[in-house]
Amino acid sequence: MSPPLLEVDAVSRTFVQGGLLAGRRIRAVDGVSFTLANDRPEIFSVIGESGSGKSTLARMILALLPPSEGVIRFEGRPFSALRRRRDRLAFMARVQPIFQNPFAAFNPLKRVDRYLFATARTFTGATDRETAARQVDEALRRVGLSLAEVGGRYPHELSGGQLQRVAIARALIPGPRLIVADEPVSMVDASLRMAIVNLFKMLRDELRVSIVYITHDLATAYYISDRVIVMRRGRVVESGPARTVLDAPTHPYAIELKKAVLSVDAGPAALDAALAAQEEEPSIAR
Amino acid sequence: MNAAATFGEAPRPAAAAPVVEIRGLRAWYRTRRFGIVRDVRAVDGVDLEIAPGEIYGLAGESSCGKSTLVKTVAGAVRPPLEVLEGTVRFRFRGGPIELYGGRPVDLRAVRWKHLSYVMQGSMSVLNPVRRVERSFVDFAFRHIGEPLPVFRRIVEEHLARLHLEPAVLRAYPHQLSGGMRQRVTIALATVCRPDLVIADEPTTALDVVVQKRVLAMIREAQRAIGSSLLFVTHDLTVHAALCDRLGVMYAGRLVEEGPTRAVLREPLHPYTRHLVASLPRIGDPSPRDGLAGAPPSLAAPPPGCRFHPRCPLAREFCRTSVPPLVPVGGGRRVACFVAAPETVP
Amino acid sequence: MLAVVRDLFRHHLEFATGAILVGIVVAMALLSLVSPYPPEVAWVVPPDLPPLAAYPMGTTSRGQDTFWQLTFAIRNTLLFGLAVALLSRLIALLVGLLAGYLGGPVDRALMSINDTFVVVPLFPILVLFYFVMRDSMSWAALALVMACLGWAYDARLIRSIAMSLRSREFTETAIFSGMTTREIVTREHLPYVLPIVFSTTLNNMNWSIGLEVTLSVLGFTSISTPTIGVMIYWANQHTALVAGIWWWIAFPVALVVMLFIGLFLLAVALNEFIDPRSRLTRMGGGAA
Repeated sequence: MSPPLLEVDAVSRTFVQGGLLAGRRIRAVDGVSFTLANDRPEIFSVIGESGSGKSTLARMILALLPPSEGVIRFEGRPFSALRRRRDRLAFMARVQPIFQNPFAAFNPLKRVDRYLFATARTFTGATDRETAARQVDEALRRVGLSLAEVGGRYPHELSGGQLQRVAIARALIPGPRLIVADEPVSMVDASLRMAIVNLFKMLRDELRVSIVYITHDLATAYYISDRVIVMRRGRVVESGPARTVLDAPTHPYAIELKKAVLSVDAGPAALDAALAAQEEEPSIAR
Repeated sequence: MNAAATFGEAPRPAAAAPVVEIRGLRAWYRTRRFGIVRDVRAVDGVDLEIAPGEIYGLAGESSCGKSTLVKTVAGAVRPPLEVLEGTVRFRFRGGPIELYGGRPVDLRAVRWKHLSYVMQGSMSVLNPVRRVERSFVDFAFRHIGEPLPVFRRIVEEHLARLHLEPAVLRAYPHQLSGGMRQRVTIALATVCRPDLVIADEPTTALDVVVQKRVLAMIREAQRAIGSSLLFVTHDLTVHAALCDRLGVMYAGRLVEEGPTRAVLREPLHPYTRHLVASLPRIGDPSPRDGLAGAPPSLAAPPPGCRFHPRCPLAREFCRTSVPPLVPVGGGRRVACFVAAPETVP
Repeated sequence: MLAVVRDLFRHHLEFATGAILVGIVVAMALLSLVSPYPPEVAWVVPPDLPPLAAYPMGTTSRGQDTFWQLTFAIRNTLLFGLAVALLSRLIALLVGLLAGYLGGPVDRALMSINDTFVVVPLFPILVLFYFVMRDSMSWAALALVMACLGWAYDARLIRSIAMSLRSREFTETAIFSGMTTREIVTREHLPYVLPIVFSTTLNNMNWSIGLEVTLSVLGFTSISTPTIGVMIYWANQHTALVAGIWWWIAFPVALVVMLFIGLFLLAVALNEFIDPRSRLTRMGGGAA
């Protein structure tokens, strides 16, 4: 039985705010554990609001940030083993990120195909421009674009949806097993969002890629996830199969989250309950 | 269909003069420097009215022109933004005002007293180095025109009605949470009981739980002071919960308008139809489609109907002629040759 | 490109004025190539003649044509200023980028050195340098020393830009695309850093030329090669102002002032042009 694809084992991350003498310790992530199996690709959603620690967790899974406690293992090997450039490259060939803001993920002063070609050259062993171009075009076609469309363009010449698809294409070039997507559609226009969300489904079903999908949007998580965890203030408050957890949550916070979600089918009555809740809330946070 | 009856309120008298009337507004960003000549047609012919005491929602994606429309309504037009033609006519309690009709107008006497705003970043309104009450004094004291102790009482009563503790007045903005700050900003914008409040994505950056509370407060504030509200956001679920009427903008033009419930239940324009259908809903795992293409560049919009390159129902005449925004009954308007066949040229 | 320059000329008074002033100065410097008199030689023309048709800027008390002497002076001054500016930019870029991108102990070490150089008093050090070097003093040595003293302030500026760039998401995209640190710093970050570097270059030139003139007037440099400062030095030695030979001082001063103002105006005008935000708006990526 091969080792699990990703093993997050009692991982915590503490930040110290303030100076040397009088600092405040913030536990951004507190004792999070979950496992992704190797043989079955899945979309694993991490649901949480701002301050829940979901982005910090994503950065730790991408090895951009070391955990303060606990271990993260990818295909059985812990991240502490990633010292040399060769190890890091081998890791990046299997794990790739998608960021929230496509316009921040690309240098606005540079053409987008630069990153595509760099990825092709580094990870697919393409030695000349033509082989690299073929790899890049193939990856772009998988997301519904092509090198002819995108080549030589600057980020601002593409829409948010197109740019995010370019980012996904770039992430696919090395042939990864795991993609960590941090709120990939929250900054994409509504009319373009579904195309990208459906793309993630295709990645799981046809390309057998597992996805850790970070989001605050319960409806999208319901739509594509296989399993979910709900995070609050760094801790996991509920976890399980997506439909089960989101149809009938059991933890009070998860229930509160679900009740707060607005639906386009509901009417103004949705706000009436929120009005009553205002009486109990303390005004000043600190 | 009588959408007003669905709300359980009496239908508003149609005879009341609109609090703001926008006619034929065209506002472009014109760049002429360093050898570059470019016109971005952010608002390209918009006609719009908001009745007194009404919550009007303006929906649309990024680069549809809704933020530019807000800027022109608020009178915040600075180069490279230029108003090419059209007027914005206000009918406030203090008297009518016409912007862009020829004579330059100084909005300072009107701002905050008759027209106020709530923006996305509350920190850009509240002075971070002063207590909150200072912002109230800076913005509202002049307009309320009462001595300071009376003014303080008015502010405290206003806060109490909106379920805010008077203690927030003594706090600094950074001591309050993001949601609390936004609620204070709303209280600040409504304390002078303006005729029209413009809200531009006020809840977009907030968490879902806090967002619901802030929206409830906005509605409460609007009911308490009886003002009209122009609420701009791309989020259709927010419009569903809050707004009486909904207008949908695409590529600088208004493409559909009507009572919110009606527009969302039975959208007439293909773009609105796609937007509503593509939203995932909890409890419904059925597959949904994306829309091909992308919103057009406002510097070089497609000819004819601006949606035609992405429209599944596009016909020949959609490519060449611009569909006008026409009434189609039930208080609704739509700009589409397929939805309103009588407008086909 | 041509359209850009044309637009700059038409709409920006500062650019037009600055470009014209600097253009005149550079033209003067280039004229030195066709000078009929070699610069070090004295007593080639009748001395102390006021500006006439034959000698448009008069002649000096050492029997040199002021005009042709000036062309050499401004050429040397200009080259000196350029050399110091370029050298110190290189050091500032190296230190700033490394400290900003690598952070940690490297950053702390480099910044301690940096801050030392910021507080060191320049003028006494340069005078000391002259006294130590004396006759073996050369312009190249002086340029090197001034470059080593002039990088510190701008290195901190570059470091802060590098620090902010390091945490930007496109840096992470570049990392996951397999780019090396060197590639990222030179290809991704440099376009953001270069506009600052360029504008500080022009200011640095003003600084180094000003310092050079000061040192030379006081005689603390090698006075055999003509520069603006050296010309004024010799004029002082021959008590030119007292003797009424005003043209010997006036024309060098006027020309160097023209250079200062021209460089300053250019820096101001180009600053706006090469700022990445205004570049983005021109490319079409701005708000709509």
